[in-house]
Amino acid sequence: MARPVRFNVQAEKDVKLVKEGPEGYTGEGFFATSLDKVVGLARSNSMWPLPFATSCCGIEFMALMGANYDFARFGSERVGFSPRQCDLLMVMGTIAKKMGPVVKQVYLQMAEPRWVMAMGACASSGGIFDTYSVLQGIDQIIPVDVYVPGCPPRPEAVIDGFMKIQELVHNKEVIRRRTSDKYQALMESYGIQ
Amino acid sequence: MSETHQHVKLPDGSIEKTTTTLNMGPTHPATHGVFQNILELDGERIVSAESTVGYIHRAFEKIAERRPLYQITPLTDRLNYCSSPINNMGWHLTCEKLLGVKTPKRVDYLRVIIMELARISDHLICNSIVGVDAGAYTGFLYVMQYRELIYEIYEEVCGSRLTTNIGRIGGFERNFTNAAFTKLEKFLAEYPGVLKEFENLFMRNRIFMERTMGTGGIAAERALSYGFTGPNLRATGVDYDVRVMEPYSSYEDFTFNIPVGSTGDNYDRWLVRDQEMWESLSIIRQAYEKVQSFKGAEAEVFHADTPEYYLPTKEDVYTKMEALIWHFKIVMGEVEMPKGEVYHAVEGANGELGFYLISDGGRAPFRLHFRRPCFIYYQSYPELTKGSMLSDAVITMSSLNLIAGEMDA
Amino acid sequence: MPLTNEIVAKKLTEHFGDQLTGFEEPYGLLTFTAPKDLNLKVMQFLYDDPELQFRFLTDLTGVHYPDRKGEELAVVYHLHNLADNKRVRMKVFTDIASPDVFTATALYASANWMERETFDFFGVNFVGHPNLKRVLNVDEMDYFPMRKEYPLEDQTRVDKDDEMFGRGGHIGI
Repeated sequence: MARPVRFNVQAEKDVKLVKEGPEGYTGEGFFATSLDKVVGLARSNSMWPLPFATSCCGIEFMALMGANYDFARFGSERVGFSPRQCDLLMVMGTIAKKMGPVVKQVYLQMAEPRWVMAMGACASSGGIFDTYSVLQGIDQIIPVDVYVPGCPPRPEAVIDGFMKIQELVHNKEVIRRRTSDKYQALMESYGIQ
Repeated sequence: MSETHQHVKLPDGSIEKTTTTLNMGPTHPATHGVFQNILELDGERIVSAESTVGYIHRAFEKIAERRPLYQITPLTDRLNYCSSPINNMGWHLTCEKLLGVKTPKRVDYLRVIIMELARISDHLICNSIVGVDAGAYTGFLYVMQYRELIYEIYEEVCGSRLTTNIGRIGGFERNFTNAAFTKLEKFLAEYPGVLKEFENLFMRNRIFMERTMGTGGIAAERALSYGFTGPNLRATGVDYDVRVMEPYSSYEDFTFNIPVGSTGDNYDRWLVRDQEMWESLSIIRQAYEKVQSFKGAEAEVFHADTPEYYLPTKEDVYTKMEALIWHFKIVMGEVEMPKGEVYHAVEGANGELGFYLISDGGRAPFRLHFRRPCFIYYQSYPELTKGSMLSDAVITMSSLNLIAGEMDA
Repeated sequence: MPLTNEIVAKKLTEHFGDQLTGFEEPYGLLTFTAPKDLNLKVMQFLYDDPELQFRFLTDLTGVHYPDRKGEELAVVYHLHNLADNKRVRMKVFTDIASPDVFTATALYASANWMERETFDFFGVNFVGHPNLKRVLNVDEMDYFPMRKEYPLEDQTRVDKDDEMFGRGGHIGI
């Protein structure tokens, strides 16, 4: 017998099927807005991820790329393995201490602007492996933007995390994040020039 | 190799041959999982290779020395995570061997269904990734849909998709619901058509055959010396299958064939895995019929009657006194194992997955060692790829079905 | 005539006398102990003998028994006769001060990495191994982590709040 639904029973009043575009001034045949909004819109809808899949979360990523959950609709049809060509480093799976320098090197090779998503409990904080050989979270070595918990997180959870990244990308005030002070300070704290 | 036709006469001794060192590093689209191959290339041909593993070493064996038996099951999930129910059930069978627990037939047949589904799931990944590495992405997308259906069946039984932590020592944590059986029937009805389509894409495909035939082959004696087991060994011609040699979980009640190849090359491995999927399908059908033949009270049996080791269901814990006491004792770790050492092997999707458990009384094992097939047969990679081209090395790697979690543990 | 544990044990004692000890059959698997300088000879005998034919090395691992003084480290070999479906387990003990054991790589190619793993975890030095270095842990590691005296967790962490984990902290638990 199905249990009665208890949560989320209020119907949403305005469900937007299509995300609104940025605000601007529309005229006949033209639309004027600020450059950073357009750039943010373009970037957020065409993120090319670098799937740094090490273990079980990688298989959930493969399920995400499949037809059922369809990651390609977010513009991530092309997953790249070359750091220079990717925007989003998705670290999926346990990072051992042996692998740490490799993650750092891949992150350093990525060109700005770059974002990092730690998918799964192991990438976020070491997960269930509190051992001598596992790095307790990749934020020990690289700055992370979004953490997606789960062991492994369901593909829907990864999509939720990805949409948060899209919000981050879309709503940045400045186009060139790398020139802001806060970002510079963050990089300093990780020892990254 | 034909010599290049030179129109210019070069003086003798002016071309020196050197080899290039190429690092197919831990992060590479072809390495499914993190292991590193340092290849010496002479042009496009591989002269030698050196493999490095350990990039995802998570110290399972050390963790296991700290944990009671039922807390080790989530660790075994993460060994070969493409087919985690097989690892879980192999571990539970090892514990049952140590503790002397005998499972009823219905539990055995349900376990067989889940294990064969896991085997299909793993072989689907392996075969479709061989296709992706050869350049054919479509097959992967077709079969991922049916892996989703297998995941739904797991969800009905244990609640999670990938790292299932399924079952208990002595059986399952809950009976299979009607929804699980409905999904199983849907799978049994729809999957054969999909597998046939998948085969049509690859099996007699000229390009695929040319890419995979004759590459990455190994002779049967060398394979045995390298400790190959599972589909990789069966592709070389040796019909060693733990399900037949040392049947566990009532596999002796089923009739199935063991597909065997001849040359052990990539094409044979692909074919052996493909045929094993058909055999698994037939085993699932037989098991399902047997499960349905239990009627009445027998159809409600889903675990062995061992209160000392089987964590009782919540309904019993809240209503019966003995169940409450046993629940307390098991969770607080006051149940001790007998002393002894046991080695039990199951036929994992990659070969003989063995559990060597030494217990000295107490809650946690004194020593637990996993005999991991991937770790053992990956040593042969330099020999498999010597003399082949770089692109063949990529296909060899994926057709061996190397799962990094199992390799490093 | 099918190969049984008694036949295997009898042939071993005939050939090696009382150098092999500790014959027992836990859960049906014949187990015996061999002195460490004989391990290759015993395995060669088990390999070559036409009736025994243990030609498959299933597993090679190590165990640390801190309580057995003088014999702390054990190397355990699981051998399998595929034709007759018989398994046997051989244990070789060595002391922790000079843990040298002869390598089995000449006989079984699969012993290569399994011995590296045993070296990596326990420090057993396999004499004659072509490439004895660490395989799973980082190369710079200077201790052998699976020995019982070493802890599981990384001791250099500063971010763990021991109170929350029930390990003392400020308020003793």
